[in-house]
Amino acid sequence: MNNDPAILELRNISKVFGGTTALDDVSLSVMPGEILCLLGDNGAGKSTLIKVMSGYHQPSSGAVFLEGAETRFSSPRDARLRGIATVHQDVGSIPLMSVGRNFFLGAEPTRGFGPFKRLDTVRANQIALEQIRRFGITRISDGNQLVGTMSGGERQVLAIGRAMYFGARVLILDEPTSALGVKEAAIVLRLMRQARSEGVGIVFITHNARHAMAVGDRFAVLIHGKTAASFARGDKSREDVLNLMAGGEQMSELEEDLEAVD
Amino acid sequence: MKNLLRRPEFGAFAAFALTYVFFAFVTHGAGFVSINGAAGWLNLAAELGIVAIPVGLLMIAGEFDLSIGSTVGAASMVVAIGTKFYGYPIWPMIGLALVLGAAIGLTNGLVVVKTNLPSFIVTLATNFIVIGATMGISRLIANITSSSIVTTDSARMVFAARWGQANISILWWVIAALLGAWVLGRTAFGNWIFATGGNLQAARGAGVPVERVKISLFVATGIAAAFVGILQGVQWNSGNATYGQGYVFQAPIVAVIGGVLLGGGYGSVTGIFLGTALFGVISTGIFYTGWNTDWIQLFLGGLLAAAVLANNYVRRFALTSR
Repeated sequence: MNNDPAILELRNISKVFGGTTALDDVSLSVMPGEILCLLGDNGAGKSTLIKVMSGYHQPSSGAVFLEGAETRFSSPRDARLRGIATVHQDVGSIPLMSVGRNFFLGAEPTRGFGPFKRLDTVRANQIALEQIRRFGITRISDGNQLVGTMSGGERQVLAIGRAMYFGARVLILDEPTSALGVKEAAIVLRLMRQARSEGVGIVFITHNARHAMAVGDRFAVLIHGKTAASFARGDKSREDVLNLMAGGEQMSELEEDLEAVD
Repeated sequence: MKNLLRRPEFGAFAAFALTYVFFAFVTHGAGFVSINGAAGWLNLAAELGIVAIPVGLLMIAGEFDLSIGSTVGAASMVVAIGTKFYGYPIWPMIGLALVLGAAIGLTNGLVVVKTNLPSFIVTLATNFIVIGATMGISRLIANITSSSIVTTDSARMVFAARWGQANISILWWVIAALLGAWVLGRTAFGNWIFATGGNLQAARGAGVPVERVKISLFVATGIAAAFVGILQGVQWNSGNATYGQGYVFQAPIVAVIGGVLLGGGYGSVTGIFLGTALFGVISTGIFYTGWNTDWIQLFLGGLLAAAVLANNYVRRFALTSR
């Protein structure tokens, strides 16, 4: 569907911990301007896969390609500096710090020189507000407001907006909608669409097939560390996807079991 | 008004104002509100305040330092034995005492960061180790655990000058507070302090060098404690291994009264400053009332309990949406 080279590509990746195989010959590619949904039950290997993509783990075998060139991320920091940003469900924002201070944490803008070098709070607040407004958060009007006063969805937007502002080309979103209500999730899904239109490649990890179907361009289902299915938007029904996620026929069996209980 | 209530130092300010007015009223005419009366509580607050500011910053970063007490005494003994027993000039001994303070802080910091043990326990152990070592080594060298100090005019000018009843320590306290407020509120390092105490994982994830933040602050508390040891030594013309033991818990207490959260991540230097001032007002105010000074402890305990409750409330209030 897209002839651009992948921004990030994994080829035949395996990861073994001790004697356990967490990932077995997994290949996938993240294209610019596409949302790749990574689906799978708990323990299917999603977390390990994210960690390989974001530099926490080195693959046991297989290769990682960044914009067509084989590469190796020496650390999460290395991956981040090269444009691979991971936003986790909970961690990432600090409730008792202001919006502006959170946004620029670790990359604070300063003015003045030498001993008089100081935080440029005005600029930090202004940019932080601009960035979250761009993604539809207009309720927050004061950059000094504490992040703890924002809703879960707003915090996700802040974290994702932050990653994009600092030049992310691949966004790895780990369950960004799972703790959110319907309206909140919609805000985050809308943001993902906007990021896609700006050419960012997105890896969307989720349990929620409905959310995945709403924004996904391509889908990969992991079961026991293997790619059980890989398909494009419209190729499969929601039901098929749900069944795949739960590990094949188990879902319908589960439903039958539940009916039997009633 | 609502924004004022959300500030961490609000409670300390209200308590300070109320307590001050209370004592001014109760001690009517006894001189508590006079210039000398003010110098009295400011002197008392100042020395504690110089240590309490870095201790408070460290608490905002999520760690405790209970070793400050012994560092005060050790620094005073370095100066005392150096000048009196060995007859060295005082300034190099002052330098040595400050280096010792920094070294104790560095050790605390490295141990806490490398072992991930709670700093409460690590620095409590350091507190015993340092006072024990100070006494033991002083005995070995000079067979004493306290000694007079040979000072010079220049040292007295820097550490023991007085204007009327007011000690120069008040000026040092104000300088420490201004420096602390600048670092915490206006620098990137200050941002890292909040982040380190507020959410360690997130701070690390954002590239904040959390280990360096903690170690730097431990070094700062060590230097501040040594500075106070020198200040007291020169002021009283003597060093003593037991100087400063009162600060072990007073410093964290005034930080908490000033609105610093015990768990870290929230607080302000203005608050710590006001908490310390409040401590000074209570300690000297009771004296002016003519009541038994035994009541001081009761007051402080009550205040601490109230402060912890209030901080909890303030934090929750700060996190409600507007």
